[in-house]
Amino acid sequence: MRIGEEIEKTGEKEIRKFITDNFMIGQNPDELKRDTSFLDNGIIDSLGVLELVSFVEEKFGIEVRDEELVPDNLDSINNLLGYIRRKLGG
Amino acid sequence: MLLSDFLVQGARRYGDKTAMVCGAKRMTYQEVDRSSNRVAHALLDLGVRRGDRVAIFLDNSAETVITAFAILKIGCVFTIINASMKSAKLHYILDNSEASALITDLRRWRVAEEATDGLTSLKASICVDGGVGGALAMEDILSGEGDSLPDNPCIDVDLAALIYTSGTTGVPKGVMLTHLNMVSAATSITQYLENNSSDVIINFLPLSFDYGLYQVLMAFKMGATIVLEKSFTYPYTIISKMQSERVTGFPGVPTVFAILLQLKDLEKYDLRSLRYMTNTGAALPVSHIERLRKSFPHVRVYSMYGLTECKRVSYLSPEELDRIPQSVGKAMPNTEVYLVNEKGERLSPGETGELVVRGANVMRGYWKMAEETAAVLRPGPYPGESVLYTGDLFKMDERGFLYFVARKDDIIKSRGERVSPKEIENVLYSLPQVREAAVIGVPDEILGQAIKAIVVADDGSRLTQKEVIAHCAQNLEDFMVPRLVEFRASLPKTPTGKIKKHELS
Repeated sequence: MRIGEEIEKTGEKEIRKFITDNFMIGQNPDELKRDTSFLDNGIIDSLGVLELVSFVEEKFGIEVRDEELVPDNLDSINNLLGYIRRKLGG
Repeated sequence: MLLSDFLVQGARRYGDKTAMVCGAKRMTYQEVDRSSNRVAHALLDLGVRRGDRVAIFLDNSAETVITAFAILKIGCVFTIINASMKSAKLHYILDNSEASALITDLRRWRVAEEATDGLTSLKASICVDGGVGGALAMEDILSGEGDSLPDNPCIDVDLAALIYTSGTTGVPKGVMLTHLNMVSAATSITQYLENNSSDVIINFLPLSFDYGLYQVLMAFKMGATIVLEKSFTYPYTIISKMQSERVTGFPGVPTVFAILLQLKDLEKYDLRSLRYMTNTGAALPVSHIERLRKSFPHVRVYSMYGLTECKRVSYLSPEELDRIPQSVGKAMPNTEVYLVNEKGERLSPGETGELVVRGANVMRGYWKMAEETAAVLRPGPYPGESVLYTGDLFKMDERGFLYFVARKDDIIKSRGERVSPKEIENVLYSLPQVREAAVIGVPDEILGQAIKAIVVADDGSRLTQKEVIAHCAQNLEDFMVPRLVEFRASLPKTPTGKIKKHELS
């Protein structure tokens, strides 16, 4: 299986679980679509992003650089998956 | 001078200059002025009249700024509501302020609809991204007519804004601020920060928070540019904006500076244009001040102190920062401060007492709360004058520099914002399995204080930490939701049955 496909499969599940467990407590997890913006929907704040970054670094064994702390890389499940795939060269 | 004159005069003097950068949108002074005239005429058409309160329930956006000035231009009073507020509290505020109009957007429509149910004072609503449920669409207003400045019969002792703030009782209090109060505060602050029309100030702090709101007011007063962002969530977005817009002013709270200092390569960004950084809300740890000074040696760092009731009290000049980093400085221009003991007697240097503030920036009082007002606005040293008792204990040295000691009440400062433990406890008690609850602030390097809920649940209850947090998240603004929850079998109490909070931390 190519890295990209593997991330698609397991990555989405784990990221979704991390977001709903930590930032959407008490909210309907079905409201989190793959393209839901964490910022626009008030799901994540500045502290949340740091937690998300630690999670992604640990889970996927990558290092997030300062200049990568932008919505294009982090602000939805889709963006995160794309970013992780790029980092892992998948 | 009226607060709206900041924009009206800005448009006359700096018409084509960029007043506001908001995401990809750039607006000149003339454009902001014209847009706010259109909204002002629309509000008049909707029956909004001088002295009416108008609530803005939006996140940081161009519309928030345009609408606030539109409200001022017809002699009305604006109140900006925290964008994450839930319906019960919003209902309270709309009802308490007897708001005659509400400006919101589709994202907040559901909460707004619930909150406005049964309100008799509300005449109209405007929705930013499209007409819905009887609300007027903002785009129709902005593309319509009414470019002229409406007649404004208002004078500077009229109210300009209500800023709702947390109180010890858990009931939000509307801080009444006149045009004079706000113009005076903005004048003093821009004086000591040495702001001018070449400044470019970035603001990601919520406009519902006076510290965020004043960045816009100060920028407009000086004919400077405000770069408005929704939050500090993605730090690099802010930093790249600072580089591309050549930002000169950076207002933050300790949480923001803590995050900034966690970035790995702070030194490598081109922030040569940055002239000053300001901190308020809570004190910056001395170690953070030292690191900020090292990372940004060319930047002037100001430590400040204030409260919504008078906006700002004091600032520490950058020249003194390395010498006395623990101090929040001296009274700002045109403001006088002193310390008193419990009997109201003035104290000598070195003694600890409550800080009292005199100045044109001191609020009119709390909206429709005479008793709460009388508790903090008390007779001053001169006949006929009221001064503000801050509820904060300070020490003052021989040269007049202030050192914060503690608060007199149990208000928590988290992320630079005032949080009422009582308000959170009320929400906790509305959970059926909660028998007792106490909320305290515990030291936290990033938050200043983290909010901790200590809960005694009914025997046999299976209440979990997650359920407690979920319940709070459904009923409180984001910054009030406890990060920590601890279950205990009982809480320590005084002989009269009061919970001994100081034994809980």
